Amino acid sequence: MLIGQQPKPFLLSVEGLTVSFDGFKAVNDLSFYVEENEIRVIIGPNGAGKTTVLDLICGKTKATSGSIEFRGKDLTKLKENQIVKAGVGRKFQTPSIYDDLTVFENLEISYPRGRTVFGALTFTRDAAVRDRVHEVAEMIFLKDRLNMSAALLSHGQKQWLEIGMLLIQDPDLLMLDEPVAGMSVSERAKTAELLNRIIKDRSVLVIEHDMKFVEDIAHKVTVLHQGQILSEGTMEKVKNDPKVIEVYLGH
Amino acid sequence: MNDSRFATRSELIGILVLAALLVVVLPLCLDVFRLNLVAKYLTYAFVALGLVICWGYGGILSLGQGVFFGLGGYCMAMFLKLEASSVENTKIQSTPGIPDFMDWNQITALPFFWKPFHSLTFTIAAVILVPGIFALIIGAAMFKRRVGGTYFAIITQAVAAILTILIVGQQGYTGGINGMTDLRTLKGWDIRPDHAKIVLYFFEVGLLFACIFIAQFVRHSKLGRILVAMRDQEDRVRFSGYSVANFKIFAFCIAAVFAAIGGAMFALNVGFMSPSFVGIVPSIEMVIYTAVGGRLSILGAVYGTILVNFAKTSLSESFPELWLFGLGGLFIAVVLAFPNGLAGIWGDYIQPRISKLIGARKPKSGWTDNSVADGAPAE
Repeated sequence: MLIGQQPKPFLLSVEGLTVSFDGFKAVNDLSFYVEENEIRVIIGPNGAGKTTVLDLICGKTKATSGSIEFRGKDLTKLKENQIVKAGVGRKFQTPSIYDDLTVFENLEISYPRGRTVFGALTFTRDAAVRDRVHEVAEMIFLKDRLNMSAALLSHGQKQWLEIGMLLIQDPDLLMLDEPVAGMSVSERAKTAELLNRIIKDRSVLVIEHDMKFVEDIAHKVTVLHQGQILSEGTMEKVKNDPKVIEVYLGH
Repeated sequence: MNDSRFATRSELIGILVLAALLVVVLPLCLDVFRLNLVAKYLTYAFVALGLVICWGYGGILSLGQGVFFGLGGYCMAMFLKLEASSVENTKIQSTPGIPDFMDWNQITALPFFWKPFHSLTFTIAAVILVPGIFALIIGAAMFKRRVGGTYFAIITQAVAAILTILIVGQQGYTGGINGMTDLRTLKGWDIRPDHAKIVLYFFEVGLLFACIFIAQFVRHSKLGRILVAMRDQEDRVRFSGYSVANFKIFAFCIAAVFAAIGGAMFALNVGFMSPSFVGIVPSIEMVIYTAVGGRLSILGAVYGTILVNFAKTSLSESFPELWLFGLGGLFIAVVLAFPNGLAGIWGDYIQPRISKLIGARKPKSGWTDNSVADGAPAE
């Protein structure tokens, strides 16, 4: 393993990352590197530790050991909201949106201004906010639903809305947990198109089971198995790796 | 839109209707005794208003608002008690110039923490700051550690119980179970006669509307929407870059300060303060007022408080033993059948008919109903 010898082109360097829950190592001595403007997809069987990796990066779970370096900052030492401020955005597996607010208000809350208590009290919805919300709403195909209650959106639209909320944050690293799960075929195609459009100027880390979708978007694929890396490389390489076929793709 | 900062148009109408009721209708229709009863009820409305922000919007159920009501009330009562205990008034005591209950408990000098309460300015600051800082400490200790939901409710209840025991136990410093009685004057102005009661009533209504406007401002700010967002998707808010704990602390503190203002007005209007307004039972009653009025409705909380208290007064006059069962039954009925309380009934059933009668020229989104919860456009 290349420890401590990485030069700086990486946006995210995960090294020796381990987390154990009561002795069970959900992620075990994991190291991987994500470059600027890269789409990296993490695949692997259930229980491989994929979601835990995202939890560790965004601070939801604390690492037992190892480091996560992002833009020169060690994320394991920051609080969740500081990690967001550093430029990491996270989408959850089930759509996490605010049902009681409108689509507009959902997007507005993610606008990166007025994040303190006082800032939120004095926040004004000025032209910059409105323009940005409209711009993102157009991207996520919800332009004409801005004043609708978010609870009334379809499952696919809720997923898009959450992606839109992340776009408004404008993170340098966008992490998506199964963004097309439960979507129809046409919604998947639209989501792939959306993702391809939004990766400009940012890196994306995606967990996905849908191999067709993975092939469409991935620059590089990491296969996790029992908390460790089984294989890593281009989709072509990973697909033909006998170990991967045995534990994951074969069935 | 310039009205989105404080209130929508229909909300403004609602506020004016309430103002007309409290400022014109009730003073004209009720005698001074009944009006003073309303003044007493309204002191609880401050608590209910705080609970709307804290519990309704923020989802933080506090079963210990009596603590803050009591702290505010005791701060005010200490000032009034000191003024009533002048050397002249207490010359028959073995130590003149200290409150009577201290003398009965063989205390011979005013305790140090009582001394600043000679000053009205200090007292007013203490009414706001003591409960505010206490809420800040509890909130920081709980929310930074991610204690929430039922656990938080139980802890607030424990705090209410502890404070009651403390007040009752430290009889010489607090007046014990009897509380602080025989409060007479405020800066020489007698608070007991009828005309003083009327002045105090209007002063209290003014303060209540100031608090309503603050609540409206919070609700229509982005902070209000973040509270609603946090209620359902705490993690999403956290991973959108907000410190969830700080927002919860803010909601809890503002509820505490509102409750304390109510408590201080209680001491002035009713003329005494006792631990029976601090403990678990009054704290839960205050939650019931909010639930009956509608926990998402700022004005609903005021109506809920007045109506439940009117029912309490009239029913407990005739069936004293039954009242507590009635209150419990009312709470269960409201939660099961009308989770949004009176405001929900108004918004769902009554207001649509009224708008139909008027000819549907008013937009929807009721004043007692809640446009945030409805997801109606706030733009």
